[in-house]
Amino acid sequence: MEYVIIVIGAVLIKNILLAEYLGCCPFMGTSKKMNTAVGMGLAVIFVLTAATAVTYPIHHHIFTRFGLEYLQTITFILVIAALVQFVEMFLKKAIPALYQSLGIFLPLITTNCAVLGVAILCIRRDYSFIESIVFAFSSAAGFTLALVLLAGIRERLIISDVPKPLQGTAIGLITGGLMALAFFGFSGVDGSLNALVQQ
Amino acid sequence: MSVFKEFTKGLWQELPPFRLVLGLCPVLAVTKSATNGLGMGLAVIFVLTWSNILVSALRKVIPRKVRIASYIVIIATFVVIVEMATQAFFYPVYEALGIFIPLIVVNCVILGRAEAFASKNGVFASALDGLGIGTGFTISLVVLGGLRELVGAGTLFDVEIMSAVYRSHSFSFMLEAPGAFICLGVLLAIMNAVSAPSSS
Repeated sequence: MEYVIIVIGAVLIKNILLAEYLGCCPFMGTSKKMNTAVGMGLAVIFVLTAATAVTYPIHHHIFTRFGLEYLQTITFILVIAALVQFVEMFLKKAIPALYQSLGIFLPLITTNCAVLGVAILCIRRDYSFIESIVFAFSSAAGFTLALVLLAGIRERLIISDVPKPLQGTAIGLITGGLMALAFFGFSGVDGSLNALVQQ
Repeated sequence: MSVFKEFTKGLWQELPPFRLVLGLCPVLAVTKSATNGLGMGLAVIFVLTWSNILVSALRKVIPRKVRIASYIVIIATFVVIVEMATQAFFYPVYEALGIFIPLIVVNCVILGRAEAFASKNGVFASALDGLGIGTGFTISLVVLGGLRELVGAGTLFDVEIMSAVYRSHSFSFMLEAPGAFICLGVLLAIMNAVSAPSSS
């Protein structure tokens, strides 16, 4: 049951894009077209889950044992960069079709703060290994959901008459803000879910 | 005079969050108040200036193929210094900025300056470039944070500006995520409108 709470919390209530402000650069950068948004979303789901699965044991089995927690930032970013490179090489050999569709988005993910952010959040919130994986996967799913929704709206915006100063990123940000406002409606779900578990 | 230009270009011409639309996450996340914006801005100035200096000093030593990884290590080193220093000396700031201090590592502005400027220019020019872009970033954060704090909570740098009636009925959504997105979008539109005649 607590996994369901983590999933709903990460996808709807505390969406990493719309409530935790992680991964805003690709949110604006890759939401102009629907297929780039879907490609970016899938690549993030893939890398984010893998990155959390790798950084979690590093922190709990190496850093805490030897008292090296201060190395967290510097190690995690290098591990993520290496992992992205590895995933790219692996996909190129093993699943060329998937590589073709994710291709250009994979290198961009290294600088997506959602990946590093979620890896650090899992450590700070003291999740267990399985909870971390569930949290990472559902955060990435929430990211994809918001990204695809925004891309759908922005494709419509192209044909509408937007005032000149607002065109481009400005209207994208305001649309994102209105979406965040809509996602605010889910914030009550949290309490009722917890009450359900307590029963 | 040209050295001076490296500093001033960051203040308007290449103002990071608005002109380059880079490094948005901390801009949106930490600008709940002007004070938080200032703290984040100072941290970024420190990291950006020192990483620019070091990248520029080592630009002839670092092999081209592994340059991005090397830059990330340099940046991460200074971020860890900032993280430990704020934790030790400015604990309230550390608490307020939370996860966004380690996330300075992946702020595209810093890596962007290392790649686009410091790897091609001298140490002194790079230091000024870092200071200028960092100052522009800080000003943007303080303006955005001040605006959100003023409208959302009726205060500015924790000083009560608006009347007590306003403060108890303020637009508190401005302090949350929707306000951050909308505020930044509106500021961006204002900047576009102001600079439209000169650019076209």
